[in-house]
Amino acid sequence: MELNYPVFTEDMKKTHTILIPNMAPVQFRILAAAMEHKGYKVELLGNCGSQVSELGLKYVHNDTCYPALLVIGQFLDALNSGRYDLDHTALIITQTGGGCRASNYIFLLRKALEKAGYGQIPVLSLNFSGLEKGNSLPMDLTFMRMALAAIYYGDLLVTLKAQTAPYETHPGDALALQEKWLDDICGWVREGRGFSQHEMKTAMPQIAAEFAAIPVHRVPKVKVGVVGEIYVKYSPLGNNDLEEFLATQDCEVNLPGLMGFVQYCAYNPGETARLYGGSFLEKHVSDLILGYIGTMEKVIIKALKDNGYHAPLPFSELTKLTEGLISKGDKMGEGWLLTAEMAELIRAGYENIICAQPFGCLPNHICGKGMINKLRELYPEANITPIDYDPSATRVNQENRIKLMLAVGRERLAERTAPAPAEERTAAERKTAAPAKAARAAVL
Amino acid sequence: MKVGLDVGSTTIKCVVLDDADNIIYSTYERHFSHILEKSEELLRRVAERYVPGGQAELAISGSAGMGMAESVEVPFVQEVFATRVAANRLAAGTDCIIELGGEDAKILFLTGGTEVRMNGSCAGGTGAFIDQMATLLKMSADDMDAAAQKAEKTYTIASRCGVFAKSDVQPLINQGAKAEDISASIYQAVVNQTIAGLAQGRPIQGNVLYLGGPLTFSKCLRDSFDRTLGVTGTCPENSLLFVAMGAAFYSDQVFDLEEVADRLQHRGASETYRSQPALFKDQEEYEAFRARHAKAAVPRVPFGADYAAPVHIGIDSGSTTVKMAVIDEEARLLFTDYRPNLGNPVPLIREVLQTLYDQHPALHVASVTTTGYGEDLAKNAFHADYGVVETVAHFTAARHFLPNVDFIIDIGGQDMKCFKIEDGAISNIFLNEACSSGCGSFLQTFAQALGYDVKEFAKLGLFADRPVDLGSRCTVFMNSSVKQAQKDGATIENISAGLSISVVKNAIYKVIRAASPEELGRNIVVQGGTFYNEAVLRAFEKEMGVEVIRPDIAGLMGAYGAALYGMGRAAHGQTSTLLDRDALANFRQETRSEVCGRCGNNCQLTINTFADGGTFISGNRCDRPVTGREDTGERNLYAYKRKLILSYKPVPGKRGKIGLPLCLNFWELLPFWHTFFTKLGFAVYHSPFSSRDLYLKGQGTIPSDTACFPAKLAHGHIHFLSKLGLDAIFYPCMTYNIDEGLGQNNYNCPVVAYYPEVIAGNCPEIKDTKFIYDYVGIHRPKDFNKKIFAILRRYFPDISKKEIQQAADAAYAEYANHMALIRKEGARIIDQARAEGRRIIVLAGRPYHVDPEVNHGIDTLITRFGAAVVTEDSISDRVEKFPTTVLNQWTYHSRLYAAAKYCCSQPDMDLVHLVSFGCGVDAITSDETREILQAGGKLYTQLKIDEITNLGAVRIRLRSLFAALDEQDEKNAREV
Repeated sequence: MELNYPVFTEDMKKTHTILIPNMAPVQFRILAAAMEHKGYKVELLGNCGSQVSELGLKYVHNDTCYPALLVIGQFLDALNSGRYDLDHTALIITQTGGGCRASNYIFLLRKALEKAGYGQIPVLSLNFSGLEKGNSLPMDLTFMRMALAAIYYGDLLVTLKAQTAPYETHPGDALALQEKWLDDICGWVREGRGFSQHEMKTAMPQIAAEFAAIPVHRVPKVKVGVVGEIYVKYSPLGNNDLEEFLATQDCEVNLPGLMGFVQYCAYNPGETARLYGGSFLEKHVSDLILGYIGTMEKVIIKALKDNGYHAPLPFSELTKLTEGLISKGDKMGEGWLLTAEMAELIRAGYENIICAQPFGCLPNHICGKGMINKLRELYPEANITPIDYDPSATRVNQENRIKLMLAVGRERLAERTAPAPAEERTAAERKTAAPAKAARAAVL
Repeated sequence: MKVGLDVGSTTIKCVVLDDADNIIYSTYERHFSHILEKSEELLRRVAERYVPGGQAELAISGSAGMGMAESVEVPFVQEVFATRVAANRLAAGTDCIIELGGEDAKILFLTGGTEVRMNGSCAGGTGAFIDQMATLLKMSADDMDAAAQKAEKTYTIASRCGVFAKSDVQPLINQGAKAEDISASIYQAVVNQTIAGLAQGRPIQGNVLYLGGPLTFSKCLRDSFDRTLGVTGTCPENSLLFVAMGAAFYSDQVFDLEEVADRLQHRGASETYRSQPALFKDQEEYEAFRARHAKAAVPRVPFGADYAAPVHIGIDSGSTTVKMAVIDEEARLLFTDYRPNLGNPVPLIREVLQTLYDQHPALHVASVTTTGYGEDLAKNAFHADYGVVETVAHFTAARHFLPNVDFIIDIGGQDMKCFKIEDGAISNIFLNEACSSGCGSFLQTFAQALGYDVKEFAKLGLFADRPVDLGSRCTVFMNSSVKQAQKDGATIENISAGLSISVVKNAIYKVIRAASPEELGRNIVVQGGTFYNEAVLRAFEKEMGVEVIRPDIAGLMGAYGAALYGMGRAAHGQTSTLLDRDALANFRQETRSEVCGRCGNNCQLTINTFADGGTFISGNRCDRPVTGREDTGERNLYAYKRKLILSYKPVPGKRGKIGLPLCLNFWELLPFWHTFFTKLGFAVYHSPFSSRDLYLKGQGTIPSDTACFPAKLAHGHIHFLSKLGLDAIFYPCMTYNIDEGLGQNNYNCPVVAYYPEVIAGNCPEIKDTKFIYDYVGIHRPKDFNKKIFAILRRYFPDISKKEIQQAADAAYAEYANHMALIRKEGARIIDQARAEGRRIIVLAGRPYHVDPEVNHGIDTLITRFGAAVVTEDSISDRVEKFPTTVLNQWTYHSRLYAAAKYCCSQPDMDLVHLVSFGCGVDAITSDETREILQAGGKLYTQLKIDEITNLGAVRIRLRSLFAALDEQDEKNAREV
């Protein structure tokens, strides 16, 4: 069986609008701007609603993982909307090239397009593995540098907002500032500015300082980390607006950055060569890329720390956290990175963790659910709940499990901030113990 | 005063505490999903009678209470947390709590590191599951408990989820197993499910507390937990009220209860759920619809007492009903009968036959044909002339009705059958997999749960204005969606319509996998009892945008088709072999069960003995208990592969003993590693073929209940090896597999690649053993030597490079030899089958599907049908690498595509795809394999397997395949 599919040719750059699925809303907005700078016409999809997953269910094998259903459903929904000139529309989808099902999304998308009568629409692959030669987004050095900067700017904005918003005195300040900077940065990127080391060194501290200037009232809050399969981890469409739900539950959320995944992808070829054998180049090409990212990494970490924010560990430190947990040879899906992120979060005080994955996600049987036991042994304070996402897993069910995790987290927070465990005290005592009460009120 | 309200999935609980925390009032009631009304009523009752002034501290808990609490601004306490609060106060000294609710299962560890666990979204069935099973057995929950206490033995019932268990229980009922034994088995399944799903390696010991409805009401369930865990748990006073009391303890905000009740009432009036268009615009549209379908009627003739012309009888002994049709020589209906199957179909059939004899003294029965789940049993019991697989029976009936039919969809009580007809023969068969049994019994279960009769319930939906959008997944998920919709204010009418639509969506998108009506064809016949439900019928037409034919005997098409089949086969003037009047009058049936014991499988046999001395045995995986002869396996490459594996025995060596788990990829790599370590001077032990017992021993350490069954079995293998006193256990991680040049890459799937990590992280058994699970790549033989040397040196410092070199050379040679042997024997089997004129079935799976506990004897079953069985890897080298429409990157699956491709070039060879439930990779490979086969004019047959041990559905599928192939052959022969 061979499908004859249209190829995205150079001249389509001028004529076609490329639709981008919205995985990580902040980071992808800047990435889209980077593509615009390269002369592509792009649009970041924002359509959601029940018809998205329904279209996915209709055109993709129902046992395929949820992200594939959603991404493909979102594309089809967009194409059905009548808003696009179908002869001048193209799609782009990422492909990691690893051993998990995700490398097959592009093929499932093409099959679905064919089945839905959109066989003429070209699909571009965005990958760093040399797949889909001649049909992938060309990766020249400038573009790679811009893309990396885009991701880092995005990660910075997400981190700053996450650590500010729960405490802000005027609700909405952090979000507004994030919006403002997003507009500014996208503006720079479109003009081909802002992505040099030098420019980032100037901009990042300034951004962080502005967030730090937002008036806040810092009280102890339950700190929640979110890890998981990359799409459901970031995409509100995939995780039923998880961030928003957690915001209503009065906690601080740490969503480890997208750059971690890029670094992980860059790291793996070297590790593979070390484990199974390979040329000198294969063994060391990773170091080259990681070295380049490392210099940018220093800038973002410094900007965060200097302004009193918690900064993620440098990647070189993160890799060490797998020690005693999982080998860095586990490279399918989010692989060892997911486990390392959980360890990092716990160590940084975000010991309440949601491990989000599509129902039946293969890699997460290993690096997610399979590692929780070991993590608990190493870090007894770990409070991890795995949550499965699926077209018909109900939101209530998911939120109920998250609430259980939060209840335990709040109880521990209360234990830490008050002398005795909250539930052991009588009602009268409880009503006078202010900090415990604050924490307790959150429980209820 | 304090009030705690616990709104669960099936019940509502409330406690009122005075200021000294004494219970003044408590209640435990079923809410029949009238959650808002019931809560409102309860609060008013409490306010009026027990709370002077109507002011009290209030908190709400429970899975169904969550959204509700928020909407009326009352504090919510997560229910597991509430349980813990209550337990700390009321049952100090408790180490562990097991709480089963209507839909949730929870385990709380209180000492030695507090941990709370709750079932994920998959393992749904607990209280609701027990209720469903009781309904299936026609008992109340109390009866079932009483019955279970008289059990003599237990059967194996899948413990994964309710739907699976149902497909295990139904055949047991149909085969006449005792209700007592089935009841006890159901409780044991709940226990296994709870432990497998929630213990995750942590031992449950010390003072165990049992809470929640099922554990309070069923002594047998508590006993099963005690026995399995080796503890003596207690079920405390107020065991049903812990959550409500926890909520009350935690409440500290005063509310006016009447006011909260008012808010609930107000909330009930608002509708906030996701809806879809109504089924009918108006009464007029409905009338037109009815009139159109009324035209599809079968001719009937009177069946008088003096009727003497030859008749043909069809008996469809289905999963939930028994149906009979009597027709004359012109296929006109004389008599029909349709009744629920009360556990044992045999007495029912006898009764109807008796009536026929009594009321028609001159009756001349020309033929009797049986079909359905109970086909064999009924055929044997009453000496019917023919048995026909139900798919063929249905096709026969539909074709009679609409000669140019090109698509048939039949939704029955428990199964769904769809076939595509091309050129007058079945060209494609879709059957629902064990997971999506959302059929007739699904609607019935919901109707009952909501307190309605199923017919009445279905009617309610016809004119619903805003049917609820419930998606299209399995029953367990549906439960929580329905509850949610109710909380969001959906009426029963809209839920009924929503459920009917979801049955249809399930059929179209999940079973048939169609995207448009054109794929189904133009002449569609819908049948099966479920299509009497006009809401389902209408939903189907609307969803697909076509008008279909529903015969007036939609629910009897199996029986009618069977009668037609008999009529077609019977010789002129023939008299049926059916028991005559006297024999039927003296008919007796005795049922007993025993363990076969003739081989290691130890099948649970159910033996029916009839008055004439005839016996009927079911539950057997091979013919040995029937024929007394052992299966030689000469036409079965799976059996040969097992023989090869068994030939690897430990040879004492200087370096001690090393163990290899016979799970996942070791089914292929055992020859490699066994040789490798034997050469290095180890005595190499491997775990045995999997068994139920082996699985159960390892189930407590499984961290992810949605992983595939072959992976879960690994825990049992490790447990086995840990008891052998070995010096080391070797189970390497392998990202890559051997590159056979068939694909674009040579990965293992993530589970096969990294499962050793899960073992290392979750199995306490290996703590005292050297567990070697380093990352190894045998796909680069040259590097392999260097790398494995470095790895093994860490554990065995005296190993030399030279030894490694020699061992590796021998290992690669042994592996090559092993694969060559398989291909050679495969070729021999193919040649022999051709010489004998047999069909050749490529039973395509992964190496570990050879494990008898994984494939449940499907290989043997196929040979019992007379075909020869070969494996995908025995023929995958016969084709060159070819392009696929998916990324062909897993070695095992590259073989699958290649085998499918090869089949297309062999007229007598057909492929059956074995798929493990939960295998994400197969979601991609199955569509691709189907496309390869269809492009080559071949049928695609997929068998989805799990823990499930019942082969009923598999048998139907395989027999349908063979019937379709026979039909194609006959047609080809006619054309030649």
